[in-house]
Amino acid sequence: MNTHKKHGFWHRFFFSLDHKDIGFQYMLTIFLMVSIGGFFAYVFRMHLAYPDMKVPLFGLVTNKDYNMLITNHGLIMMMWLALGMLLAVAGNFLIPIMIGTDDMAFPKLNKISYWFFLISVILMIASFFMKRGGFGGGWTMYPPLSVGDFGYNTPYKSFADRFFTANTFVLLAITFEFISLLMGGINFFVTTLNKRAKGMTLTRMPMTVWMINIASVLFMFSVGPLIAGAFMLLLDINVGTGFYDAYRGGDPLLWEHLFWFFGHPEVYVILLPPLGFLADIISNNSRKPLYGYRFILNLTLIAAILSMMVWAHHQFVSGIDPRAATIFSIFTIIISLPFAGIILAYIATIWKGNLRLSLPMKWALGSVTLFTLIGGFTGLYLGAAVFDIYAHNTSFVVAHFHYTLFPTVIFGSYAAFYYWFNKFTGKELNKFWGNVHFWLTFIFFNGFAFPLFLLGLAGQQRRIADYRQFEFLMQDPLPLYRKIATISAVILILSQFIFIINFFWSMKKGKKVSSENPWQSNTLEWQTSSPPPHGNFETYPVVYHGPYEYNHPDREKDFLPQNEK
Amino acid sequence: MNTSIKSWRNIPQARLAVWTLIAGEFVVFGGLIVMYILNRLKYESWGEMAQHTNVIAGTINTLVLLTSSYFVVKAHEAAIHKNKEKVKMWIWFTIICALLFLGIKSYEYTHEIMHGFTLPGKHLLAEGKHVETMYWSFYYTMTGLHGLHVIGGALALFFVMRHATKTGKDYHRLEAAGLYWHMVDIIWIFLFPLIYLIH
Repeated sequence: MNTHKKHGFWHRFFFSLDHKDIGFQYMLTIFLMVSIGGFFAYVFRMHLAYPDMKVPLFGLVTNKDYNMLITNHGLIMMMWLALGMLLAVAGNFLIPIMIGTDDMAFPKLNKISYWFFLISVILMIASFFMKRGGFGGGWTMYPPLSVGDFGYNTPYKSFADRFFTANTFVLLAITFEFISLLMGGINFFVTTLNKRAKGMTLTRMPMTVWMINIASVLFMFSVGPLIAGAFMLLLDINVGTGFYDAYRGGDPLLWEHLFWFFGHPEVYVILLPPLGFLADIISNNSRKPLYGYRFILNLTLIAAILSMMVWAHHQFVSGIDPRAATIFSIFTIIISLPFAGIILAYIATIWKGNLRLSLPMKWALGSVTLFTLIGGFTGLYLGAAVFDIYAHNTSFVVAHFHYTLFPTVIFGSYAAFYYWFNKFTGKELNKFWGNVHFWLTFIFFNGFAFPLFLLGLAGQQRRIADYRQFEFLMQDPLPLYRKIATISAVILILSQFIFIINFFWSMKKGKKVSSENPWQSNTLEWQTSSPPPHGNFETYPVVYHGPYEYNHPDREKDFLPQNEK
Repeated sequence: MNTSIKSWRNIPQARLAVWTLIAGEFVVFGGLIVMYILNRLKYESWGEMAQHTNVIAGTINTLVLLTSSYFVVKAHEAAIHKNKEKVKMWIWFTIICALLFLGIKSYEYTHEIMHGFTLPGKHLLAEGKHVETMYWSFYYTMTGLHGLHVIGGALALFFVMRHATKTGKDYHRLEAAGLYWHMVDIIWIFLFPLIYLIH
């Protein structure tokens, strides 16, 4: 199958139907988006710590700029980085090769998904350059803020006047992205159900494949109402309907419900794929079978169902009925149980294993530690309405969700990068710089996010451009905390360049991998050459075991590939 | 080495994908319908507005769509026997039904817009009927979104039919496109009583 000829740049980056090429296209597009999102974070963090300073590379930050920066930072990181990296990139790279097949079930549909994704990115970037400036209504886009400068009662001038606004473009961008991910999800689902290698039963699939699929299906079932809702908000902005206009009997709360009915399951959509990577990486690096494969799987399914019933915990201060708040509090606290179970299973996997502290394992351990001990744990506090009413809209919440999202999305993605890089490029990442990158990220992430807890408990609200207007927030040591957070955030962002340089340098000039299976892993992707050829396998593998047969007592080798008898 | 085998399991891929797509579509329309029902329960005056819809045209449209579903089934039956001429005929009947549906729908829209019941409902707003404008917003959003699906479904049927009859293969795709068409039909069965019939 290696007869496939090498294609040029245009073919590889624009027209290729190969799942690895499409995954790579997604990855580059997302790198672009993350750079923008990270740059925005740098600008507004600098502004918060040093309000009068002209931020290098940006200039003086006005209040309007500030709104635009935080809004787009949130949107880009949640919608394009998290969803894109963990569903589109991971799904494209890993699903076909891990289940032992040549490509997606529908390669053309896969290509179209990427084109839609690209359109969404272009629309999003275009939204920064609209006449009235970028979108500044908060990443949750609550109406009436998201209806724009017009509000509901401004006379309607012309269609173009309303259409060429950041609000319209952001909504269109998100709609396009959702359509892209929906098509991608259908592709993943059909590929997984239909194209598994011979002998690859559902319970012999690696956890990663399971988790990406559950996440895709969960995404599909939660995003529908928001697509309808976004359509309605577009009509509100552009045509002048009043779906979210209280004066006309519409309800701004309706958007909050629609948004969070998607938004909360989305948190799990982006949590599950990293949990899948972690299962594979931890089991591989502990040289032990994954503890409780079916146990984890069942808990995940329970969590996926429960995640559809917790959305209103984002709205405890939006005027919902206190009786409903109690119910949502209870569900929110219940949903931590399945995840606690999954994390315990991971710890049981590590327990008494022959640990290899390789780079992916470091990221995996960092992810589990931070996510469980701080992110998940503060979630219990915030899930209870009694506490949330005080902490809502403070930096405490910001710290909490950075502690949940950063360890899962960023640490999880890095664990996957460092683990699978060898496979897809045939080169090795530089270990020394990998270690530097890990420790800088780990330390300065904490340095950035932890002070926000303290600031939040001291009463610092989110989404305020200049804290000098509040005397109690300028007392010592609060400004110092803000400076620590900012300096850490800047170093955190700078240290990501180490990875980017390491990534591209190693891809071009890195050391060639010494063997096809450097991690001595069981899963199918390691049983083919690195990088895998077009079509992935020379001969299609036949599967005889589950993916986690490490240290079998009857075997000499401590691993047993899935395709070996 | 076998590159020609697309799937080791014998589930037709297109059918599986379309069922997944249908599940996704039902969540989109389900969300809309739930929003509509909740508002409808809240505002009794929407019943008056519903009386301004053209029930006769709606009924005819329901019949047209149901008939088209029958044609799609016949087309599928012909596709199983790879009967090129019959497939062509039944799919064209279906597409004509879709066009008829869209024609009647646009007649209704024209009529309603002429009477001042527009999407943003400015006339009603001027009369001080704020809440009632929302009925028409929902009316146009729901039927409009459904109309887009009718267009999409008809286009899908057309292209699948043309590909199958020209190349003489991939007749199984007609089943997938047909499934989608039935979904379009069923959504209308939900919309019709909700919007037209309940006064």
